[in-house]
Amino acid sequence: MQGLTVKELDCIRGDRLVFAGVALAVKPGRALLLSGANGSGKSSLLRILAGLLPPAAGSLAWEGENIDEDTEAHRRRIAYIGHADPVKPGLTVCENLEFWARLYGLEPEIEPALYQFGIEQLADLPARYLSAGQRRRLTLARLAVGQNSPWGPPLWLLDEPATGLDPSAVAMLANTILAHLANEGVAIIASHGGLLDESLSGHADRLDLQDAAP
Amino acid sequence: MIGMLLLIRRDLMLAFRGGTDAAMAVVFFILAATLFPFGVGPDPEVLPRIGGGVIWVVALLAAMLSLERMFSADYEDGSLEQFVLSPLPLVLVALAKIIAHWLTTGVLLLVAAPVLAVFYNLPAAAFLPLIVSMLLGTPTLSLIGAIGAALTLGARRSGVLISLLVLPLYIPVLIFGALVVDGALAGRDYGNLLMVLGGFLLLALAAAPWATAAALRQSIE
Repeated sequence: MQGLTVKELDCIRGDRLVFAGVALAVKPGRALLLSGANGSGKSSLLRILAGLLPPAAGSLAWEGENIDEDTEAHRRRIAYIGHADPVKPGLTVCENLEFWARLYGLEPEIEPALYQFGIEQLADLPARYLSAGQRRRLTLARLAVGQNSPWGPPLWLLDEPATGLDPSAVAMLANTILAHLANEGVAIIASHGGLLDESLSGHADRLDLQDAAP
Repeated sequence: MIGMLLLIRRDLMLAFRGGTDAAMAVVFFILAATLFPFGVGPDPEVLPRIGGGVIWVVALLAAMLSLERMFSADYEDGSLEQFVLSPLPLVLVALAKIIAHWLTTGVLLLVAAPVLAVFYNLPAAAFLPLIVSMLLGTPTLSLIGAIGAALTLGARRSGVLISLLVLPLYIPVLIFGALVVDGALAGRDYGNLLMVLGGFLLLALAAAPWATAAALRQSIE
């Protein structure tokens, strides 16, 4: 079991070299916490790992196989949470979550997922009435939907997932990530420190992208 | 296929519950078409002669009104990235969004068109050709418009940019759509004109989802 391996990765945005020569290896059951100042390339690295952004150079492999050989299979193994919350104000909390679960071919076990993030009582509320923190919880509940499914994505890419969350929600997120790691999943998380980092510290390695700055 | 149906259903629910975009297009369609007789006068000889062309021009402008929102909400809230990563190919995502756009705009224009036909005193013989031409033409407008909407994602003043990109491409549909109604009014055979409109639709159907998907992928990089 080799998990994710990245070699000599370069990233260019516009004309600017954001980082160069990034190498990392994350084995199943482990997390990687990405740190670095704003603009150091944490989000860009996650987007490259997700296949949303082409790298300027370098290679990515999952279980030893280059992901370029089967990009469709790579997409299936990813759960990506970006900065924005893909939540539609016109749909209820339940409808929002069910839509994404079904689109990703997961069993829509909605109630346990909402319960895992403490928003089960909001299930029938139109999402336009949610606070920013509640919208974030709903976005993160997508992780919980596929967590117990054999088809659930093994590679979680989370871009500052704790932004806007209160301490109890951060604890719920940490528990969800720890359960994922216990299932031999892999998580790569961009963060600026705090409670989430502390909760995962025993199960995570760290990569400071400042070290890869050109 | 299930993913496409899910996406169409979601967009219909959002349009039905939000309401404003779709309603705005139809209200604009009716209001703008109503303005022309005030400008050219209520001559019962003139109105049927210009009616087909006016209805087509206004339908084209109305369809364009909601183009800006076709992908922008999904782009802004991160849904587009999730579509790219989903098992549903991006071409089918684009096609689903186009179908949803047509169902929430084109179909409503189609329903409102006979009302305007009466308003313009078009003879009954022109109603069916008008409807059939719009049935073939309005999906083409959504297909072509999707390319413009995807290309201008994230751009400032994207609404104006879409118009500049898309309007020239709408001209053939406008010409043949209006010619169908004129042909019916003059008692000429308009079957071949409908076939040309059908040809445009097939051509757009073959190319637009791929072009739109490529533009969408570019927009998130």
